[in-house]
Amino acid sequence: MMSLAHLPILPVVLPLIAGIVLLVLRNRSLAVQRGVSLVATLALVPLAILLAQTASDGTHLVYALGNWIAPYGIVLVVDRLAAWMLLTTSLLAVFALLYALRGIDIGGRHFHVLFQLQLFGLNGAFLTGDLFNLFVFFEILLLASYGLLLHGGGRQRVKAGLHYVVINLVGSTLFLFAVGTLYGVTGTLNMADLAVKLAATPAENAALVQSAGLLLFGVFALKAALLPLYLWLPAAYAHTSAPVAALFAIMTKVGAYSILRVYTLMFGDDAGPVTGLLDAWLAPLALVTLALGMLGVVASTALRQQAAYLVVASIGSLLLAFGLGSAGAIAAGLYYLPHTTFASAALFLLADTLGRARGPLADRFEPGPTMAGARVLGGLFFVVVIAIAGLPPLSGFLGKFMLLQAALDSPLLPWVWGVVLVTGLVGVIALARSGSLLFYRTHSAHDPAAQTPPTPAALSPIAGLLLLLIGMVIWAGPLSDYAAATARQLLQPQQYIGAVLGDTP
Amino acid sequence: MEMLIALVIGVLTAGGVFLALRGQTFPVVLGLTLMSYAVNLFLFVMGRLAIGVPPVISEAATGYTDPLPQALVLTAIVISFGMTAFVIVLALKSRAELGNDHVDGLQHEEGRRE
Repeated sequence: MMSLAHLPILPVVLPLIAGIVLLVLRNRSLAVQRGVSLVATLALVPLAILLAQTASDGTHLVYALGNWIAPYGIVLVVDRLAAWMLLTTSLLAVFALLYALRGIDIGGRHFHVLFQLQLFGLNGAFLTGDLFNLFVFFEILLLASYGLLLHGGGRQRVKAGLHYVVINLVGSTLFLFAVGTLYGVTGTLNMADLAVKLAATPAENAALVQSAGLLLFGVFALKAALLPLYLWLPAAYAHTSAPVAALFAIMTKVGAYSILRVYTLMFGDDAGPVTGLLDAWLAPLALVTLALGMLGVVASTALRQQAAYLVVASIGSLLLAFGLGSAGAIAAGLYYLPHTTFASAALFLLADTLGRARGPLADRFEPGPTMAGARVLGGLFFVVVIAIAGLPPLSGFLGKFMLLQAALDSPLLPWVWGVVLVTGLVGVIALARSGSLLFYRTHSAHDPAAQTPPTPAALSPIAGLLLLLIGMVIWAGPLSDYAAATARQLLQPQQYIGAVLGDTP
Repeated sequence: MEMLIALVIGVLTAGGVFLALRGQTFPVVLGLTLMSYAVNLFLFVMGRLAIGVPPVISEAATGYTDPLPQALVLTAIVISFGMTAFVIVLALKSRAELGNDHVDGLQHEEGRRE
């Protein structure tokens, strides 16, 4: 099993090497650069599938970097959750990159380098088992995201980018304060070891540990765009280029992943003075985020902005599921996570294609000329909207259904059902209104000079993402079983701790 | 000495937060820098303060200081240095693109009032 031994490091190293190679190849022809980038991104998919298969029987693949054993060295850990996130990221990245190859990647320098480094940071953040290493990977993915966000330049993009960068720098500072406090109290940074040490925290340090835990929550909530820290998101996502916005659909999920990982592992049920640290916060904040995000969807003046607010609302649903905390709710959230990632990405890409087909008005909700290729675009829009609004028969409905079912035995039941169902209805109405404004309220014949009809190259990544969503419905059984097994695994952190610290084989 | 260090971290953080909340990009960048100084110092002292003792094993040593926070601080310094360089370039670019140095890119008269 020699090949398996180094498997966990590959999803981290591959994009890093690809990024460096692309930097060296920067003066070569565009075809070479695109080829390298595409091959490196495509290669992540079978890797992630292989890792998911390995992890699916409940094993934890632990990779000690430099063979320094935990808790002294840094470990990478592949469990069901990490493999699930890796698979989602790699599939999303393939379609985002395919869309970028239409010419968006030459709008500025080093698109492919930044794209690969972004994947490097994302994969690293999902795999690492060390809190400080998580910070480092966060910084890597953020720095790459700054470059990607600003790619192509422009007034609005620079303005939104400045806000995004400054708020994330403040977030990083807070992250370091939290990590420093935890290290000062426990003397370790390995997450599994932290879980053991935190459970045995003496009473005089309880307040310190609690404040560090809540500070960490603040940082992750900022990355995940949870209320009241979501204000940076709509402007940043609405003004960047479409494939970048599509890739960023996974960025907020990094925050959600970190919340799930840290608060099931380190602040779980047997964590001594820090048990259930978030119980009072996560679900209520998620409910309000969902409601306010949906209000933003209603108030949006352009499709890209609407898609960005839909990302905020989806984070509300996702963290609501994680906040309810039962195995069923976490499983619902895990099934919903790839769905909402793919659906938001498809909507960002579609909004861009649609904007080009409309000409100078782009994707603003104003009566304009008939768009070029309205039938194809209208059909795609219809399917994407069904998916994102959570209507049957697509996967959004299944995710929401599982969430509502899991909420049955929660004390928050009336709130969850009320908010999820009402926001669902409001979302459908808002999206139906956008569709009728964009496709039916046309006042003049179209003007071929200013409008670019959609090409198959532009439509196929969107169609590919939709096929993934259909696949999630067809294989809903195995996927929800996997999600349920993941949730059970997360709620038994002893297995993870044992695998990392080597108490059990 | 603990009190002195704690005061220094507190003052740096307070100054950093105050500056980061200003309306123009230059004070904001300075504020972020001050905050990163504060957090670097904070990380460093999380290994406890010890004077004149080595961080690596030696036979003559009477005690040891924790080497890990020093490694953490080194990483954090490199990252914050890179980030500061990036945000300065971005601030200059936004000054060029938006025509003023207000963080929201206001019109000229509004921007001047800050």
